[in-house]
Amino acid sequence: MTAVAGGTQVEWQDRGVVLGGRAYGETSVIVELLTAEHGRHLGLVQGGRSRRLRPVLQPGNAVAATWRARIDHHMGAFLIEGLALRAARIMDSAAALHAVNHLCGLARLLPEREPQPVLHAMLDAMMEGVEEREALPLQMLQFELAFLAALGFGLDLASCAATGASEDLHFVSPKTGRAVSLGAAGIYADRLLTLPRFLRPGGGAAPVPPEDLAAAFRLTDHFLSRDVFGPRHIAPTPSRRAYLATLGAGPGAA
Amino acid sequence: MPDRVVGPEIERLIQLLARLPGYGPRSARRAALHLMRKREELLSPLADAMRVAKERIVTCESCGSVDTRSPCSICGDNRRDAAQLVIVETVGDLWALERAGVVKGRYHVLGGTLSPLDGVGPADLNLQGLVTRVAEGEVREVIIAVNATVDGQTTAHYVTDMLAHLGVRVTRLAHGVPVGGELDYLDEGTLAAAIRSRTAF
Repeated sequence: MTAVAGGTQVEWQDRGVVLGGRAYGETSVIVELLTAEHGRHLGLVQGGRSRRLRPVLQPGNAVAATWRARIDHHMGAFLIEGLALRAARIMDSAAALHAVNHLCGLARLLPEREPQPVLHAMLDAMMEGVEEREALPLQMLQFELAFLAALGFGLDLASCAATGASEDLHFVSPKTGRAVSLGAAGIYADRLLTLPRFLRPGGGAAPVPPEDLAAAFRLTDHFLSRDVFGPRHIAPTPSRRAYLATLGAGPGAA
Repeated sequence: MPDRVVGPEIERLIQLLARLPGYGPRSARRAALHLMRKREELLSPLADAMRVAKERIVTCESCGSVDTRSPCSICGDNRRDAAQLVIVETVGDLWALERAGVVKGRYHVLGGTLSPLDGVGPADLNLQGLVTRVAEGEVREVIIAVNATVDGQTTAHYVTDMLAHLGVRVTRLAHGVPVGGELDYLDEGTLAAAIRSRTAF
Protein backbone atom coordinates (compact mmCIF):
# COMPACT_ATOMS: atom_id res chain seq x y z
CA MET A 1 0.00 0.00 0.00
CA THR A 2 1.18 3.49 -0.72
CA ALA A 3 -0.66 6.34 0.86
CA VAL A 4 0.04 9.70 -0.66
CA ALA A 5 -1.17 12.72 1.22
CA GLY A 6 -0.41 15.46 -1.23
CA GLY A 7 -1.73 18.97 -1.17
CA THR A 8 -4.95 18.02 -2.89
CA GLN A 9 -5.31 14.27 -2.94
CA VAL A 10 -5.22 11.11 -0.88
CA GLU A 11 -4.35 7.91 -2.67
CA TRP A 12 -3.69 4.29 -1.86
CA GLN A 13 -3.42 1.03 -3.68
CA ASP A 14 -4.63 -2.28 -2.37
CA ARG A 15 -5.96 -5.65 -3.38
CA GLY A 16 -9.62 -6.40 -2.77
CA VAL A 17 -12.52 -8.73 -3.35
CA VAL A 18 -15.59 -7.24 -5.03
CA LEU A 19 -18.59 -7.48 -2.70
CA GLY A 20 -21.12 -5.75 -4.90
CA GLY A 21 -22.05 -2.47 -6.42
CA ARG A 22 -24.90 -0.26 -7.35
CA ALA A 23 -25.41 1.80 -10.45
CA TYR A 24 -24.63 5.47 -10.18
CA GLY A 25 -25.92 7.55 -13.05
CA GLU A 26 -25.89 5.93 -16.43
CA THR A 27 -22.30 4.86 -16.70
CA SER A 28 -20.77 4.62 -13.24
CA VAL A 29 -20.99 2.21 -10.34
CA ILE A 30 -20.43 2.65 -6.62
CA VAL A 31 -18.40 -0.44 -5.85
CA GLU A 32 -17.90 -2.10 -2.51
CA LEU A 33 -14.65 -3.97 -1.91
CA LEU A 34 -13.22 -5.90 0.99
CA THR A 35 -9.62 -4.80 0.74
CA ALA A 36 -6.62 -6.37 2.42
CA GLU A 37 -5.49 -3.32 4.35
CA HIS A 38 -8.34 -0.85 4.20
CA GLY A 39 -11.24 -3.09 5.12
CA ARG A 40 -14.61 -2.72 3.51
CA HIS A 41 -14.36 0.29 1.29
CA LEU A 42 -16.63 2.00 -1.18
CA GLY A 43 -15.68 4.10 -4.14
CA LEU A 44 -17.01 5.35 -7.42
CA VAL A 45 -15.85 3.55 -10.54
CA GLN A 46 -16.39 5.81 -13.50
CA GLY A 47 -17.41 3.81 -16.53
CA GLY A 48 -18.14 0.85 -14.25
CA ARG A 49 -21.12 -0.14 -16.37
CA SER A 50 -19.04 -0.35 -19.51
CA ARG A 51 -18.60 -3.57 -21.42
CA ARG A 52 -14.97 -3.69 -20.28
CA LEU A 53 -15.52 -3.15 -16.58
CA ARG A 54 -18.82 -4.92 -15.97
CA PRO A 55 -17.29 -8.41 -15.90
CA VAL A 56 -14.55 -7.17 -13.57
CA LEU A 57 -17.01 -5.77 -11.03
CA GLN A 58 -18.88 -9.01 -10.39
CA PRO A 59 -19.02 -10.20 -6.75
CA GLY A 60 -16.20 -12.54 -5.80
CA ASN A 61 -13.62 -11.22 -8.27
CA ALA A 62 -10.21 -10.19 -6.98
CA VAL A 63 -9.14 -6.77 -8.14
CA ALA A 64 -6.29 -4.33 -7.77
CA ALA A 65 -7.74 -1.03 -6.63
CA THR A 66 -6.32 2.45 -6.58
CA TRP A 67 -8.41 4.74 -4.45
CA ARG A 68 -8.24 8.50 -4.76
CA ALA A 69 -10.09 11.25 -2.98
CA ARG A 70 -9.53 14.89 -2.25
CA ILE A 71 -9.77 14.30 1.48
CA ASP A 72 -9.75 11.06 3.42
CA HIS A 73 -13.40 10.95 4.47
CA HIS A 74 -14.77 11.46 0.97
CA MET A 75 -16.13 8.41 -0.75
CA GLY A 76 -13.53 8.83 -3.47
CA ALA A 77 -13.05 6.99 -6.73
CA PHE A 78 -11.53 3.64 -7.56
CA LEU A 79 -9.43 2.71 -10.52
CA ILE A 80 -9.98 -1.02 -10.82
CA GLU A 81 -8.04 -3.70 -12.58
CA GLY A 82 -9.10 -7.32 -12.52
CA LEU A 83 -6.68 -9.78 -10.93
CA ALA A 84 -8.74 -12.97 -10.76
CA LEU A 85 -12.05 -12.94 -12.61
CA ARG A 86 -13.88 -15.82 -11.01
CA ALA A 87 -17.48 -14.93 -11.71
CA ALA A 88 -17.64 -16.67 -15.08
CA ARG A 89 -16.28 -19.85 -13.49
CA ILE A 90 -19.00 -20.10 -10.89
CA MET A 91 -22.04 -19.38 -13.00
CA ASP A 92 -22.74 -23.02 -13.76
CA SER A 93 -22.91 -23.95 -10.10
CA ALA A 94 -25.89 -22.96 -8.00
CA ALA A 95 -23.99 -23.89 -4.83
CA ALA A 96 -21.07 -21.65 -5.75
CA LEU A 97 -23.40 -18.75 -6.56
CA HIS A 98 -25.20 -19.16 -3.22
CA ALA A 99 -21.84 -19.25 -1.44
CA VAL A 100 -20.64 -16.09 -3.16
CA ASN A 101 -23.89 -14.30 -2.37
CA HIS A 102 -23.83 -15.38 1.26
CA LEU A 103 -20.17 -14.59 1.92
CA CYS A 104 -20.19 -11.27 0.11
CA GLY A 105 -23.45 -10.41 1.88
CA LEU A 106 -21.83 -11.05 5.26
CA ALA A 107 -18.74 -9.05 4.36
CA ARG A 108 -20.96 -6.10 3.45
CA LEU A 109 -22.01 -5.94 7.09
CA LEU A 110 -18.47 -5.27 8.27
CA PRO A 111 -17.74 -1.76 9.46
CA GLU A 112 -16.43 0.50 6.75
CA ARG A 113 -12.72 1.26 6.48
CA GLU A 114 -11.71 -0.97 9.38
CA PRO A 115 -8.82 -3.18 8.25
CA GLN A 116 -9.74 -6.87 8.26
CA PRO A 117 -6.70 -8.57 6.73
CA VAL A 118 -7.63 -12.00 8.07
CA LEU A 119 -11.19 -11.87 6.81
CA HIS A 120 -9.97 -10.55 3.47
CA ALA A 121 -7.50 -13.41 3.14
CA MET A 122 -10.16 -15.95 4.08
CA LEU A 123 -12.69 -14.50 1.66
CA ASP A 124 -10.17 -14.27 -1.15
CA ALA A 125 -9.12 -17.88 -0.65
CA MET A 126 -12.72 -19.08 -0.55
CA MET A 127 -13.65 -17.16 -3.67
CA GLU A 128 -10.68 -18.69 -5.47
CA GLY A 129 -11.82 -22.19 -4.63
CA VAL A 130 -15.54 -21.62 -4.40
CA GLU A 131 -16.30 -24.54 -6.73
CA GLU A 132 -14.48 -26.98 -4.43
CA ARG A 133 -17.38 -28.57 -2.68
CA GLU A 134 -15.33 -30.51 -0.13
CA ALA A 135 -13.25 -27.70 1.34
CA LEU A 136 -15.67 -24.79 1.17
CA PRO A 137 -18.18 -25.61 3.94
CA LEU A 138 -15.51 -25.75 6.63
CA GLN A 139 -13.88 -22.58 5.32
CA MET A 140 -17.26 -20.88 5.28
CA LEU A 141 -17.88 -21.87 8.87
CA GLN A 142 -14.48 -20.55 9.93
CA PHE A 143 -15.25 -17.34 8.11
CA GLU A 144 -18.55 -16.98 9.97
CA LEU A 145 -16.78 -17.50 13.30
CA ALA A 146 -14.09 -14.97 12.37
CA PHE A 147 -16.77 -12.59 11.14
CA LEU A 148 -18.61 -12.79 14.48
CA ALA A 149 -15.32 -12.19 16.29
CA ALA A 150 -14.52 -9.19 14.08
CA LEU A 151 -17.87 -7.63 15.03
CA GLY A 152 -17.21 -8.22 18.72
CA PHE A 153 -19.43 -11.29 19.10
CA GLY A 154 -16.73 -13.92 19.05
CA LEU A 155 -17.48 -17.26 20.67
CA ASP A 156 -15.30 -18.43 23.52
CA LEU A 157 -14.88 -22.12 22.91
CA ALA A 158 -11.63 -22.64 24.82
CA SER A 159 -12.94 -23.32 28.30
CA CYS A 160 -16.11 -24.00 30.23
CA ALA A 161 -18.04 -20.90 31.29
CA ALA A 162 -19.04 -22.56 34.56
CA THR A 163 -15.96 -24.50 35.66
CA GLY A 164 -13.12 -23.10 33.57
CA ALA A 165 -12.24 -26.59 32.43
CA SER A 166 -10.91 -26.98 28.94
CA GLU A 167 -11.86 -30.64 28.60
CA ASP A 168 -15.11 -32.41 27.95
CA LEU A 169 -16.65 -29.35 26.30
CA HIS A 170 -19.89 -30.41 24.65
CA PHE A 171 -22.12 -27.35 24.54
CA VAL A 172 -22.26 -23.62 23.94
CA SER A 173 -24.44 -21.25 25.90
CA PRO A 174 -26.86 -19.54 23.51
CA LYS A 175 -26.74 -16.49 25.77
CA THR A 176 -23.05 -15.93 26.32
CA GLY A 177 -21.48 -17.77 23.40
CA ARG A 178 -19.15 -19.58 25.81
CA ALA A 179 -18.45 -23.27 25.89
CA VAL A 180 -20.01 -25.45 28.60
CA SER A 181 -18.65 -28.80 29.72
CA LEU A 182 -20.78 -31.92 29.84
CA GLY A 183 -20.62 -32.04 33.64
CA ALA A 184 -21.59 -28.40 34.10
CA ALA A 185 -24.46 -28.58 31.64
CA GLY A 186 -26.49 -30.89 33.85
CA ILE A 187 -30.22 -30.39 33.50
CA TYR A 188 -29.69 -27.42 31.16
CA ALA A 189 -28.15 -29.55 28.41
CA ASP A 190 -31.28 -29.49 26.27
CA ARG A 191 -31.28 -25.69 26.29
CA LEU A 192 -27.68 -25.43 25.11
CA LEU A 193 -26.28 -25.51 21.60
CA THR A 194 -24.15 -28.44 20.59
CA LEU A 195 -20.44 -27.78 20.31
CA PRO A 196 -19.21 -30.12 17.59
CA ARG A 197 -16.07 -32.09 18.26
CA PHE A 198 -13.92 -30.33 15.66
CA LEU A 199 -14.49 -26.94 17.31
CA ARG A 200 -13.42 -28.13 20.75
CA PRO A 201 -9.88 -27.41 21.97
CA GLY A 202 -7.64 -29.90 20.20
CA GLY A 203 -10.70 -31.05 18.25
CA GLY A 204 -10.53 -33.70 15.58
CA ALA A 205 -8.87 -33.11 12.27
CA ALA A 206 -10.59 -33.14 8.90
CA PRO A 207 -12.66 -34.70 7.48
CA VAL A 208 -15.44 -33.31 9.59
CA PRO A 209 -18.54 -35.52 9.77
CA PRO A 210 -21.59 -33.92 8.10
CA GLU A 211 -23.58 -33.96 11.34
CA ASP A 212 -20.82 -32.02 13.11
CA LEU A 213 -20.72 -29.51 10.30
CA ALA A 214 -24.49 -29.14 10.49
CA ALA A 215 -24.27 -28.56 14.26
CA ALA A 216 -21.56 -25.95 13.73
CA PHE A 217 -23.67 -24.09 11.18
CA ARG A 218 -26.60 -24.15 13.62
CA LEU A 219 -24.26 -22.59 16.17
CA THR A 220 -23.17 -19.73 13.93
CA ASP A 221 -26.72 -19.33 12.63
CA HIS A 222 -27.94 -18.66 16.17
CA PHE A 223 -25.36 -15.97 16.88
CA LEU A 224 -25.54 -14.40 13.42
CA SER A 225 -29.31 -14.07 13.80
CA ARG A 226 -29.16 -12.80 17.35
CA ASP A 227 -26.16 -10.49 17.23
CA VAL A 228 -25.85 -9.39 13.61
CA PHE A 229 -29.13 -9.57 11.70
CA GLY A 230 -31.57 -9.03 14.58
CA PRO A 231 -30.18 -5.75 15.92
CA ARG A 232 -29.97 -4.37 12.39
CA HIS A 233 -33.55 -5.43 11.66
CA ILE A 234 -32.48 -7.15 8.48
CA ALA A 235 -33.26 -10.61 7.29
CA PRO A 236 -30.34 -12.90 6.55
CA THR A 237 -29.85 -13.46 2.84
CA PRO A 238 -31.58 -16.67 1.69
CA SER A 239 -28.28 -17.67 0.09
CA ARG A 240 -26.87 -19.24 3.25
CA ARG A 241 -29.85 -21.53 3.66
CA ALA A 242 -29.81 -22.30 -0.06
CA TYR A 243 -26.11 -23.12 0.03
CA LEU A 244 -26.44 -25.38 3.05
CA ALA A 245 -29.38 -27.12 1.39
CA THR A 246 -27.08 -28.00 -1.52
CA LEU A 247 -24.83 -29.80 0.96
CA GLY A 248 -27.69 -32.14 1.68
CA ALA A 249 -27.71 -31.80 5.44
CA GLY A 250 -29.91 -28.74 5.43
CA PRO A 251 -28.33 -27.34 8.55
CA GLY A 252 -29.39 -23.86 7.60
CA ALA A 253 -32.83 -24.66 8.93
CA ALA A 254 -31.58 -23.95 12.40
CA MET B 1 -28.12 39.50 -16.00
CA PRO B 2 -31.71 38.38 -15.36
CA ASP B 3 -32.43 35.58 -12.88
CA ARG B 4 -34.36 33.67 -15.48
CA VAL B 5 -33.66 33.42 -19.18
CA VAL B 6 -36.92 31.59 -19.89
CA GLY B 7 -40.27 31.15 -18.23
CA PRO B 8 -40.97 28.43 -15.67
CA GLU B 9 -42.83 26.27 -18.24
CA ILE B 10 -39.74 25.97 -20.43
CA GLU B 11 -37.51 25.48 -17.39
CA ARG B 12 -39.78 22.66 -16.32
CA LEU B 13 -39.50 21.12 -19.79
CA ILE B 14 -35.71 21.31 -19.63
CA GLN B 15 -35.68 19.79 -16.13
CA LEU B 16 -37.83 16.88 -17.25
CA LEU B 17 -35.82 16.25 -20.40
CA ALA B 18 -32.65 16.25 -18.29
CA ARG B 19 -34.03 13.24 -16.41
CA LEU B 20 -34.11 11.11 -19.54
CA PRO B 21 -31.36 8.52 -20.02
CA GLY B 22 -28.44 9.97 -21.92
CA TYR B 23 -29.48 13.53 -21.17
CA GLY B 24 -27.92 16.09 -18.88
CA PRO B 25 -28.85 19.74 -18.35
CA ARG B 26 -26.89 20.86 -21.38
CA SER B 27 -28.32 18.32 -23.83
CA ALA B 28 -31.79 18.85 -22.33
CA ARG B 29 -31.52 22.57 -23.11
CA ARG B 30 -30.48 21.73 -26.65
CA ALA B 31 -33.37 19.30 -27.08
CA ALA B 32 -35.84 21.81 -25.63
CA LEU B 33 -34.58 24.49 -27.99
CA HIS B 34 -34.92 22.11 -30.91
CA LEU B 35 -38.46 21.20 -29.90
CA MET B 36 -39.43 24.85 -29.57
CA ARG B 37 -37.92 25.67 -32.92
CA LYS B 38 -39.91 22.85 -34.53
CA ARG B 39 -43.09 23.40 -32.61
CA GLU B 40 -45.54 22.23 -35.24
CA GLU B 41 -43.50 19.47 -36.83
CA LEU B 42 -42.12 17.96 -33.63
CA LEU B 43 -43.23 19.44 -30.32
CA SER B 44 -46.92 19.15 -30.99
CA PRO B 45 -46.94 15.56 -32.34
CA LEU B 46 -44.52 14.52 -29.61
CA ALA B 47 -46.77 15.96 -26.91
CA ASP B 48 -49.77 14.20 -28.47
CA ALA B 49 -47.90 10.91 -28.77
CA MET B 50 -46.76 11.10 -25.16
CA ARG B 51 -50.24 11.89 -23.94
CA VAL B 52 -51.75 8.99 -25.85
CA ALA B 53 -48.99 6.66 -24.70
CA LYS B 54 -49.49 7.73 -21.10
CA GLU B 55 -53.20 7.00 -21.35
CA ARG B 56 -52.88 3.67 -23.10
CA ILE B 57 -49.69 2.00 -21.84
CA VAL B 58 -50.46 -1.07 -19.77
CA THR B 59 -48.46 -3.96 -18.43
CA CYS B 60 -49.30 -7.21 -20.19
CA GLU B 61 -51.17 -9.44 -17.74
CA SER B 62 -49.59 -12.49 -19.32
CA CYS B 63 -45.89 -11.71 -19.83
CA GLY B 64 -45.25 -8.49 -17.90
CA SER B 65 -44.11 -6.52 -20.95
CA VAL B 66 -45.45 -3.05 -21.71
CA ASP B 67 -47.74 -2.32 -24.61
CA THR B 68 -50.93 -0.44 -25.34
CA ARG B 69 -52.97 -3.62 -25.06
CA SER B 70 -53.12 -6.56 -22.75
CA PRO B 71 -52.37 -9.31 -23.76
CA CYS B 72 -49.56 -7.50 -25.56
CA SER B 73 -48.86 -7.66 -29.29
CA ILE B 74 -46.54 -10.64 -28.84
CA CYS B 75 -48.75 -12.64 -26.48
CA GLY B 76 -51.73 -11.97 -28.72
CA ASP B 77 -49.93 -13.08 -31.88
CA ASN B 78 -51.19 -16.54 -32.80
CA ARG B 79 -48.30 -17.11 -35.20
CA ARG B 80 -45.93 -17.24 -32.24
CA ASP B 81 -44.80 -20.65 -31.05
CA ALA B 82 -46.65 -21.23 -27.80
CA ALA B 83 -44.32 -24.10 -26.92
CA GLN B 84 -41.31 -21.80 -26.52
CA LEU B 85 -41.06 -19.29 -23.69
CA VAL B 86 -38.10 -16.94 -23.33
CA ILE B 87 -37.46 -15.46 -19.90
CA VAL B 88 -35.86 -12.01 -19.88
CA GLU B 89 -34.99 -9.57 -17.12
CA THR B 90 -36.44 -6.40 -18.59
CA VAL B 91 -38.58 -5.11 -21.42
CA GLY B 92 -35.36 -3.70 -22.91
CA ASP B 93 -33.99 -7.25 -23.17
CA LEU B 94 -37.20 -8.39 -24.86
CA TRP B 95 -36.89 -5.62 -27.40
CA ALA B 96 -33.23 -6.52 -27.98
CA LEU B 97 -34.14 -10.14 -28.75
CA GLU B 98 -36.97 -9.01 -31.00
CA ARG B 99 -34.52 -6.79 -32.90
CA ALA B 100 -32.41 -9.88 -33.47
CA GLY B 101 -35.50 -11.62 -34.88
CA VAL B 102 -34.45 -15.03 -33.63
CA VAL B 103 -37.20 -15.81 -31.15
CA LYS B 104 -40.29 -17.45 -32.58
CA GLY B 105 -41.90 -18.05 -29.21
CA ARG B 106 -43.25 -15.81 -26.51
CA TYR B 107 -41.61 -14.01 -23.61
CA HIS B 108 -41.87 -13.64 -19.90
CA VAL B 109 -40.45 -10.47 -18.31
CA LEU B 110 -39.20 -10.96 -14.75
CA GLY B 111 -38.79 -7.27 -14.01
CA GLY B 112 -35.25 -7.65 -12.66
CA THR B 113 -33.06 -10.29 -11.09
CA LEU B 114 -32.81 -11.84 -7.69
CA SER B 115 -30.17 -10.01 -5.74
CA PRO B 116 -29.67 -11.40 -2.25
CA LEU B 117 -27.02 -8.74 -1.66
CA ASP B 118 -29.47 -5.94 -2.40
CA GLY B 119 -32.51 -7.55 -0.82
CA VAL B 120 -34.36 -8.36 -4.05
CA GLY B 121 -36.20 -11.61 -3.43
CA PRO B 122 -38.54 -13.85 -5.42
CA ALA B 123 -41.59 -11.89 -4.26
CA ASP B 124 -40.22 -8.79 -5.99
CA LEU B 125 -40.16 -10.46 -9.40
CA ASN B 126 -42.83 -11.68 -11.81
CA LEU B 127 -42.17 -15.33 -10.93
CA GLN B 128 -45.57 -16.57 -9.85
CA GLY B 129 -47.00 -15.64 -13.22
CA LEU B 130 -44.25 -17.68 -14.86
CA VAL B 131 -45.15 -20.82 -12.94
CA THR B 132 -48.81 -20.33 -13.81
CA ARG B 133 -48.02 -19.95 -17.51
CA VAL B 134 -45.79 -22.98 -17.66
CA ALA B 135 -48.22 -25.07 -15.61
CA GLU B 136 -50.95 -24.42 -18.18
CA GLY B 137 -49.17 -27.07 -20.24
CA GLU B 138 -48.59 -25.49 -23.66
CA VAL B 139 -44.96 -24.56 -23.00
CA ARG B 140 -42.41 -27.26 -23.90
CA GLU B 141 -39.17 -25.28 -23.64
CA VAL B 142 -38.19 -22.41 -21.38
CA ILE B 143 -35.16 -20.41 -22.54
CA ILE B 144 -33.57 -18.42 -19.72
CA ALA B 145 -32.13 -15.33 -21.39
CA VAL B 146 -30.85 -13.41 -18.39
CA ASN B 147 -27.61 -11.50 -18.11
CA ALA B 148 -24.36 -13.37 -17.51
CA THR B 149 -23.88 -11.75 -14.11
CA VAL B 150 -23.83 -13.28 -10.65
CA ASP B 151 -27.35 -11.95 -10.01
CA GLY B 152 -28.59 -13.05 -13.42
CA GLN B 153 -27.29 -16.58 -13.02
CA THR B 154 -28.55 -16.83 -9.44
CA THR B 155 -31.96 -16.02 -10.89
CA ALA B 156 -31.49 -18.58 -13.66
CA HIS B 157 -30.77 -21.34 -11.14
CA TYR B 158 -33.74 -20.29 -9.03
CA VAL B 159 -36.07 -20.38 -12.04
CA THR B 160 -34.68 -23.76 -13.09
CA ASP B 161 -35.39 -25.19 -9.62
CA MET B 162 -38.83 -23.63 -9.60
CA LEU B 163 -39.79 -25.22 -12.92
CA ALA B 164 -38.16 -28.58 -12.25
CA HIS B 165 -41.39 -30.34 -11.34
CA LEU B 166 -43.29 -29.07 -14.37
CA GLY B 167 -41.57 -31.31 -16.89
CA VAL B 168 -40.43 -28.63 -19.34
CA ARG B 169 -37.03 -28.43 -21.03
CA VAL B 170 -35.07 -25.55 -19.52
CA THR B 171 -32.21 -24.07 -21.56
CA ARG B 172 -30.10 -20.95 -21.23
CA LEU B 173 -28.11 -18.69 -23.52
CA ALA B 174 -24.55 -19.75 -24.31
CA HIS B 175 -21.68 -17.95 -22.61
CA GLY B 176 -18.55 -17.21 -24.57
CA VAL B 177 -16.86 -15.10 -27.21
CA PRO B 178 -19.08 -12.30 -28.54
CA VAL B 179 -19.17 -11.60 -32.27
CA GLY B 180 -16.35 -9.17 -32.98
CA GLY B 181 -14.67 -10.07 -29.72
CA GLU B 182 -10.92 -10.52 -29.70
CA LEU B 183 -9.59 -13.29 -27.49
CA ASP B 184 -6.75 -11.11 -26.29
CA TYR B 185 -9.21 -8.68 -24.70
CA LEU B 186 -11.56 -11.20 -23.11
CA ASP B 187 -11.41 -11.95 -19.42
CA GLU B 188 -10.17 -15.41 -18.48
CA GLY B 189 -13.55 -16.44 -17.07
CA THR B 190 -15.32 -15.78 -20.36
CA LEU B 191 -12.58 -17.60 -22.24
CA ALA B 192 -12.93 -20.58 -19.91
CA ALA B 193 -16.71 -20.57 -20.43
CA ALA B 194 -16.19 -20.41 -24.19
CA ILE B 195 -13.82 -23.37 -24.15
CA ARG B 196 -16.23 -25.37 -21.98
CA SER B 197 -19.11 -24.60 -24.36
CA ARG B 198 -17.16 -25.30 -27.57
CA THR B 199 -19.07 -26.88 -30.41
CA ALA B 200 -18.13 -29.15 -33.30
CA PHE B 201 -16.98 -27.23 -36.37
